[in-house]
Order: sequence, then structure tokens, then C-alpha cells
Amino acid sequence: MEGVGAYTLLRVERGGLEPGVPGQFFMVEAPGRLLPRPMSLCLAPAGELGFLLEGVGPGTRALCEVEPGERLYVFGPLGNGFRLDVERPLLVGGGIGIAPFPYVAQALGDPPVLLGFRSERHAEAAVLLPNAAVVVEPTYVTEPLAELVEDHDVLACGPEPMLEAVRALAPTAQLAWEAPMACGYGACYGCSVEIDGVLKRLCIDGPILEAA
Amino acid sequence: MILNASGCLDALAAPEVARSLDAFVTKTVTPQPRQGNRPVRIAETEHGMLNSIGLENPGIEALVAEKLPRLVELGVPIWVSVGGFAATDFAELCAALDERDEVTAIELNLSCPNVDEAPESAAEIVVAARAETRKPLYAKLSPAAADVAEVARAVQAAGADGLSLVNTMRGLVLDTHSLEPTLGTETGGYSGPALKPIALAAVFRCYRATGMPIVGMGGITTGRDALEFLAAGASVVALGTVLFADPEAPARVQAELMTELSARGLDQPEDACGISHRAAATTVA
Ligand SMILES: Cc1cc2nc3c(=O)[nH]c(=O)nc-3n(C[C@H](O)[C@H](O)[C@H](O)COP(=O)(O)OP(=O)(O)OC[C@H]3O[C@@H](n4cnc5c(N)ncnc54)[C@H](O)[C@@H]3O)c2cc1C
Ligand SMILES: Cc1cc2nc3c(=O)[nH]c(=O)nc-3n(C[C@H](O)[C@H](O)[C@H](O)COP(=O)(O)O)c2cc1C
Ligand code: FES
Repeated sequence: MEGVGAYTLLRVERGGLEPGVPGQFFMVEAPGRLLPRPMSLCLAPAGELGFLLEGVGPGTRALCEVEPGERLYVFGPLGNGFRLDVERPLLVGGGIGIAPFPYVAQALGDPPVLLGFRSERHAEAAVLLPNAAVVVEPTYVTEPLAELVEDHDVLACGPEPMLEAVRALAPTAQLAWEAPMACGYGACYGCSVEIDGVLKRLCIDGPILEAA
Repeated sequence: MILNASGCLDALAAPEVARSLDAFVTKTVTPQPRQGNRPVRIAETEHGMLNSIGLENPGIEALVAEKLPRLVELGVPIWVSVGGFAATDFAELCAALDERDEVTAIELNLSCPNVDEAPESAAEIVVAARAETRKPLYAKLSPAAADVAEVARAVQAAGADGLSLVNTMRGLVLDTHSLEPTLGTETGGYSGPALKPIALAAVFRCYRATGMPIVGMGGITTGRDALEFLAAGASVVALGTVLFADPEAPARVQAELMTELSARGLDQPEDACGISHRAAATTVA
């Protein structure tokens, strides 16, 4: 466990788990809670899996407080990751939406990155992506993005209003969406979202969706 | 015998989990396709969870034409859960399933808290369903009934072969900050560990009232929980909410149950069925 700005990096032993495709997620046991929490894989150092956490509620706060040596049930990788066959990738992250990008960047050979945060303290997480251009509120990532979008294939992760704004600028972007998830493997129908008029389970048909 | 609880597993999305069960129960299917309720559909509580899925399902036609053929390939017996808004819906659904050899049993969902209830009584629905099928019919009841044992007696008289006990109970979760209902539908069905004592009571009372085969469920998480349901009168147990956190629960609960049984000198799960009632059955000579 280590602090990264306002966030916490949780590293667990990999055991028999595969890291999967960048953008995929794991269901991570939240100590003392009934349901696990979906977490994007952030880093995949040898023999480990790394998750970047923002303590926003009881589950994530419990996870921010686990001690080395504690046992955690981790299930995955789940869902569909980013399509990596893009020619001019640009990673766009807002807040904790930075989480999947260190692993994505590794797979894509350090592509350009744009990150937006709500405070300087949150922005310290940009150390995970040394090449990143960083903006802090009141500037939003969509401002610098507007100038870059023409020449790039956008991969974005962040809060819903940010994803909507990115989609408006970059109609072909790959967007990482969130929905409350109880199971992460298609069992509960809790994460259904409407896509092109059809209901889909975000955990198995997403979480990465093409914008258009 | 261990099943999944209806709506808590998609065998086609997770075939390896389905294969670890003794039979797979489908999510409740209705005559027409249903979109289900608007999000948010799930919310965790201190000792359970709420859901307001709202019976999202492809409808009976698509189930029979597209899903059943693929479910059969799993090699696990299939129970189909059916639901509706009138006794005629249940009759139509049972008629559509009666000739399907791949369907082992039909569960009548008489108790979903997320959709409006049929105007007919549980017994009237069972009569309508019974007229259309010879397959084993399990009536799934709500623990919220004023007297669940009375309902159990009524569905037995109406021709049900067994009971599934219990469905969820209506509950409410409020957002930490806004104090507004978290779920899109405001209230939803409460499941998980908090339901266990309520479910056990329903199993215990219905077993005594009817002696029918019972599928026991509600908060089962461990082999010890499963043993308690068997002891109260269940002959089969079903796993619901636990599957979300632990897809390997069926094999784990089975192994834990066998350990619990052998510690009591019992050979198999059937030997535990109803043993809670032994004391009550004793009379002074
Ligand atoms: C595919 C996926 C990947 C994710 N990856 C990460 C990650 O890498 N790091 C990380 O910190 N978080 C990630 N999240 C979000 C994380 O799962 C939630 O923040 C967490 O489940 C909240 O649990 P809690 O008990 O702490 O808070 P809760 O009490 O459950 O929620 C706190 C607040 O967040 C809202 N909320 C909860 N879950 C969601 C959600 N899924 N979408 C939108 N709003 C929500 C609630 O309405 C509430 O206002 C991811 C979510 C998904 C779906
Ligand atoms: C997400 C979810 C969806 C459910 N869907 C159905 C359903 O479609 N039909 C049904 O009869 N019961 C449904 N149930 C109720 C379960 O089958 C079961 O009766 C209940 O959850 C109690 O068991 P548990 O505490 O082990 O989850 C659902 C429960 C949950 C949590
Ligand atoms: S989270 Fe359960 S179906 Fe997607």
C-alpha cells in the first residue's frame, strides 16, 4: 500500500491470476463488505497486480486500509479491454480515471497522455505517467484535447460528464464507462446500460465501449 | 443438492459456475421480453443488498428458441423460473415449457417485489399452471406474506409439487449524502445474510405445515448455513447473493456441508432434512 497523491496504490501478489488486456477490471474483495468492488488494473509489475484506489465510500475506504499480509479475494480479469490496434493513441483521464492508463501506456509504448484533476494533490498521481500533460480544475482536459483530437485515436476514462464531453469532441473514442456492479461477470443484471437502444450488461459487453 | 437462486447466475455468461451446480435455475422469464427497471439497480447494505432489476428477460419465445438449446449443452438439469402479471400468463408459460424435455422443473415466481403482483391468489395461479403442465411445479413464495405456512398449504392443495423459499423482501437504501433513495425504483428486494433467519423460519414452518419438498434459500453463504436450511426442512438449497462475491461458492458450500454432516455422523445431505423438527415430534408416552 502506498499513497499516490490523494489516491492509494494497492499491490497484491499475482498468484494464478492473469493481468489481462489493459482496460479490463477485477472484482476485489472489500474487507468487511458483502460485495466486491470493480477495479481497473493499473499496473502489472512482475508477480504482482496493482490497483489505484480512491476512497469514496465504505468499500474503497476499507480497501485503502488493508495491511500487507492480509488475504483478499480477487477475481478477474473481466470485461473487454481497450482495442490496442490504434495508430495514433492519446490517453485521456479524469481523476481516478487515470487508473487503467499506466498499464495501457506500457502496452502502447508510452503514447501521449492528457490528465485532468480536481486539485494539485490529486494531480500528484500523474507521477504514474511521467509523459502526461496535466491540467487542474478549473481547466478541464477537454480544453487541450480540442486541439489534439484531430490527429489522435482517443482512449478515455473518467467521470461520466467528462466522457460525454470527450465523446462530443472525438466521436470514435474508446470510452471506459462505470456502472454499479454486484458481480462483474454477468450474473446479476445490476450494471445494465442502454447502448444503441439495446440493454447490455456493462461488465461483459463493456466497460470499454466505442463512442459512436 | 445445490442450485443457484433465480436471477443470480447467467449460465451462458458463466458456464463453469453453472456446471458446478446440481441444476441451473433460469432468471424469471415472462411472456413478453422485458427491459427491466431503470438504474441504479443494486445497492449494498450493512448485512445484505437491494436489487431492483425488474425481471429483465428476453421473453419466453426467445428463451425457448435461443437460450434453451445452448443451456442444454451445459449438461446440467435446467429449471425454468416463470413470472407474470395474471394467472393466464403463468398458464401460457407453462404450456410453452410442458413439451420441452430439456426442462426438468418449473419454478413459479409468485413473489417478485420489483413488479406488480398478479391480481389472483398464489393458489389460483398454481391451479392455472397445473392445468398446462405435468412437470414438477415449485411455488416460490415471499417471506412477507402474513402467514407463509397458510399460503404453502393453499398452493399444495392447488397442485404444486414443491416450494421455493424464499424470495427477497422489500427494502430501502438512502444515499449517504442526499438522503434520497439510491435505487432508481426507490425500493427494491432485500437479499443476502440479513434474510437468513427470516428464510429459515419460512422453511421451518412450511415444512411442518405441508411436508413438501423445499428449495431453501436466503442468505446462504457457508456449508453451516446450508446445513441449517436442510435441518429446518429443505431438501435442496439455492445460492443467490453469495455468488456475486464468490463464483466458486457452489463447490465450497458443498465441501463445507459434507464436513458439517460427517462431524454429526450423517452420511449425506438427505439425512439432515427436517432434523430440527425431531424434538417437536416427540410426545410423552
Ligand atoms: C469497470 C470499473 C472499473 C473501476 N475502476 C476503479 C479503479 O481503478 N479505482 C477506483 O478507485 N475506482 C474504480 N471504479 C469505481 C469503484 O468501483 C467505486 O468507486 C466503488 O465501487 C465504490 O464503492 P464504495 O463502497 O467505496 O462507495 P459507494 O458507497 O458504493 O459509492 C460512493 C459514491 O460513488 C457512487 N458510485 C459507486 N459506485 C459507482 C460506480 N460504479 N459508478 C458511478 N458511481 C458510483 C455512489 O453513488 C456514491 O455516491 C471502477 C468502477 C468500474 C465499474
Ligand atoms: C440481483 C438479483 C436478481 C434476482 N432475480 C430474481 C428473479 O428473476 N426471479 C426470482 O424468483 N428471484 C430473483 N431473485 C431472488 C433470489 O432468487 C433469492 O430468492 C433471494 O435473493 C434470496 O437468496 P439470497 O439471499 O441467497 O440471495 C433475485 C435476487 C437478486 C439479488
Ligand atoms: S455486474 Fe452483475 S451483471 Fe454486470
